[in-house]
Amino acid sequence: ASNIPNGTGSDPDLGNAPLPPPLTCSVFVQMVQDPTQFDVLVMPNLYGDILSDLCAGLIGGLGVTPSGNIGANGVAIFESVHGTAPDIAGLDLANPTALLLSGVMMLRHMGLHQYAAKIQTACFDTIKEKKVLTKDLGGNSKCSEFTTEICRRVQDLA
Amino acid sequence: MAAHSAVLSVSRIINPIWGRHLGNTVKVFGTTLTSHRNKTLHVSDNIPPPAKYGGRHTVTLIPGDGIGPELLSHVVEVFRFSCVPVDFEVVHVNSALEAEDDIDNAITAIRRNGVALKGNIETKHTMPPSMKSRNNLLRTSLDLYANVMHCQSLPGVQTRHRNIDIMIIRENTEGEYSSLEHESVSGVVECLKIITRSNSLRIAEYAFQLAREKGRRRVTAVHKANIMKLGDGLFLQCCREVASGYPDITFDSMIVDNTTMQLVSKPQQFDVMVMPNLYGNVVSNVCAGLVGGPGLVPGANYGRDYAVFETATRNTGKSVAGKNIANPTAMLLASCMMLDHLKLYNYANLIRNAVLTTMNETRLHTADLGGQGTTSEVVQSIMRIIQSKGQLTADI
Repeated sequence: ASNIPNGTGSDPDLGNAPLPPPLTCSVFVQMVQDPTQFDVLVMPNLYGDILSDLCAGLIGGLGVTPSGNIGANGVAIFESVHGTAPDIAGLDLANPTALLLSGVMMLRHMGLHQYAAKIQTACFDTIKEKKVLTKDLGGNSKCSEFTTEICRRVQDLA
Repeated sequence: MAAHSAVLSVSRIINPIWGRHLGNTVKVFGTTLTSHRNKTLHVSDNIPPPAKYGGRHTVTLIPGDGIGPELLSHVVEVFRFSCVPVDFEVVHVNSALEAEDDIDNAITAIRRNGVALKGNIETKHTMPPSMKSRNNLLRTSLDLYANVMHCQSLPGVQTRHRNIDIMIIRENTEGEYSSLEHESVSGVVECLKIITRSNSLRIAEYAFQLAREKGRRRVTAVHKANIMKLGDGLFLQCCREVASGYPDITFDSMIVDNTTMQLVSKPQQFDVMVMPNLYGNVVSNVCAGLVGGPGLVPGANYGRDYAVFETATRNTGKSVAGKNIANPTAMLLASCMMLDHLKLYNYANLIRNAVLTTMNETRLHTADLGGQGTTSEVVQSIMRIIQSKGQLTADI
């Protein structure tokens, strides 16, 4: 659904670019109706807990959502926030995307941007092509097959 | 559970007789009187509003700020046109004043009439922290402990998810909205979240009663008891206790962050949801977004003695005020809920059907739904449909 339309901007600093739609409602309404309007959001703990899970639901769930916890002096822990899934542990069935993309976040944090970009592109392309996907994403490939495919693409990107 | 509901039933029996004389003496769970009668509690069977004279009801109307005044004027227009036997007592509340006289007048008017229809009163952030939210004051003074929102997918509105039908029952008086904050050390603010056993039991009881009345099968409690072990833990425990008295209804619980994730991926799994205040705000906004936006969903605030109706997401809609583009659906449906409460079911259904026909069949939509219609065009269409039903109407 489109947002309430606003007139074109009259702010001289912005030129004549139309102003973004006014956020007249709560962020939760806006996030459900048009999440693309948001860029970076900062918030206290509880709202972050709720909103981050909401947004994870919008993009495909916790199986594909990376996260990082940043402290002072560059100390950081990057992690996937899905469960431990004991029912599929050790069976080569799990989707490694969440943890892999968390690793990509870690590389960026460490300043290794080229490596991060390569792995991210390879991962996204594999998912986009839909040929080698784990069960939770609708495919029937194994975790190792999915990983091998990503590695192959990384090599091709080198 | 028998004694428990007997206590409730006794207080219900006493109140219609004594009205307001007993006041809060006979609290819902505090009476020492017991009775072995097990009268079923109907949540919709509240004490009939007292302000009825000559067959006409008087209802307090609080225009509020932003789009409130214009939307409520449309409600008044539609009521007048449909010859609804309701007279409105308008009470203005100025959100810019620090003095509480305005809101006290409004509260007195609602106590007098028993029922109110209101727009949202703006809570300016520039006012000092000691100035409480007027809406909150209204809810707590009148002890409107249950906020009820019914989210349903409408056929005429394009949304990502279909077939949503969720009832959200939100505790309306305590929790994170207790307005108890202090700064003992400069730069360190402590905010108290209050959860009480009595209010938690009360809201859980309301939820299960409503579920039973409406023939709903499942009640889900939303909480964060893994972190707030005492606060939300108490809430959850109270819900479980009440649930044990309703073996015909399935009870489960879900942590609030998982709830929002499930809502945006599979909202059809939810039936009735009960939760404390803040999570209620979050979940009701998410659900409003899922069914098409804040312009569509009406909300109701019920207490033991009073009922106040408004739009579910409580927006002032400042940026669209005065432009004739606001969606009148939510406020009109709220007024229909009010008519149901006043037992004017025929009028309620007449107006509700006209609103839904305009929404679903005529598909005349305002800008928030991606349409081109103005507010007045939508209201005119609704009135034309009402007229076509052949009932007595005034002039357009």
